[in-house]
Amino acid sequence: MSTVPRFWRHIPQRYNLVGTHCKNCDEYYFPPRTICPTCRRAARMEDHKFRGEGEVVTFTTIYNATDDFKRQTPYNLAIIELSEGPRLTGQVICSPSEIEIGMRVRPVFRILGKDGDRGIIYYGTKFVPAGGPI
Amino acid sequence: MPAGIVSYGAYIPRYRIRAEEIARVWGEREDMARSLNVFQKSVPDLDEDAVTIAVEASRNAVKRASVDPARIGAIYAGSESHPYAVKPTATIVGEAIGVDHQLTAADFEFACKAGTAAVQACLGLVSANLIDLGLAIGTDTSQGAPGDALEYTAAAGGAAFIIGREDLAAEIEGFYSFTTDTPDFWRREGMAYPEHGGRFTGEPGYFKHVTSATLGLLAKMKTGPEDYDYAVFHQPNGKFPERVAKRLGFSRDQIEPGLVVPWIGNTYSGSSLIGLAATLDVASPGERILLASFGSGAGSDAFSIRVRDAIDEIRDRAPKVRDYFEDVVYLDYAVYAKHKGKLRL
Repeated sequence: MSTVPRFWRHIPQRYNLVGTHCKNCDEYYFPPRTICPTCRRAARMEDHKFRGEGEVVTFTTIYNATDDFKRQTPYNLAIIELSEGPRLTGQVICSPSEIEIGMRVRPVFRILGKDGDRGIIYYGTKFVPAGGPI
Repeated sequence: MPAGIVSYGAYIPRYRIRAEEIARVWGEREDMARSLNVFQKSVPDLDEDAVTIAVEASRNAVKRASVDPARIGAIYAGSESHPYAVKPTATIVGEAIGVDHQLTAADFEFACKAGTAAVQACLGLVSANLIDLGLAIGTDTSQGAPGDALEYTAAAGGAAFIIGREDLAAEIEGFYSFTTDTPDFWRREGMAYPEHGGRFTGEPGYFKHVTSATLGLLAKMKTGPEDYDYAVFHQPNGKFPERVAKRLGFSRDQIEPGLVVPWIGNTYSGSSLIGLAATLDVASPGERILLASFGSGAGSDAFSIRVRDAIDEIRDRAPKVRDYFEDVVYLDYAVYAKHKGKLRL
């Protein structure tokens, strides 16, 4: 899936959706950027923890997955627009008949994958429909 | 200085399987559910384990009292289903709730009572003024071998408690533990499913330890069953806590709010702590709760808890235990087997 150091470097963004915010132009970035492409040298970047609430922009349902995800089929992959603006790709956990464009979602902490039976377990953020009893 | 519960949170996965569905597959008696007083149990999603459950419960605890995670100086995660044999659950939880990294952490294991042992460890550090806040977690995705009696109850869920000295939602007035070497239930290294001593788990295991710890606590606190508004006993099934309550002189009304096992099953390290969380969901300031956990192997930790005014302020800020009873998805045995990894691909 990926190497251990690569996963380790991504822990803040995967666990807590930590991206960046440019204080100069008020633009939010996820994944994090070290420079603001708009402001360049005038950029004033800071870390920003996204709340994780957002909306499904578009989605697909996977029925034929790679070996790592076989057990989970069918599952939904969506492009989600976070409330602060940036878009990201993530899994939306619900029945394929339930997901729709424009649906509000909230973040949950789940297993993203495992490096076989012996390797590390990759944890991170997935999404579920917002507005349930929880 | 008094110490106790600053905040709490619980989490139970959304999936359920009915006891009668398990009985159907194994040709058992249809009244299995009634004989255990467990009608259904929670099942983790395909991408949930003891770590993800611990994170969700801990995030609920942090949210409920708006606790700054940087104040947490210790995380102890109790479970018998830690996903790694070596690599702590507690560190993943810490990172996921956004702690400052100046903290101590470790994983605990004591069958179903590792969570209350974690509460005691945090209480010690907090009371000695060595840390500001401690996070104690009981979490499990417990296993029962296919067709085994445990399969009707082995469930998934967890609860997290933030222990501190200030802004208490409930004070822990005292605890009393009782521990012996009793091999009533065990799982050897590398084995997928636990073994148990059948009926031996009852009298010399559960009843002896829970009774001894509870009576010890009552004597230490100079209290009787009538001094408590609520009681929570570990819930391996729905019968044992009812029977031990009756034996110790507690009423049905006292245990009712915390008795969650008929609807979610035995969440092992989460069990008595989810019962406590469900009781705190309804308790009023000034009321008293008796909590007695049980872990096979064997031991019981009994606590005397008094609810404080702050409970009313924080209670509604995070999901309550019974919120997780709604909007559940029922699985048949085949899909349940897939969820639990009982099907090898």
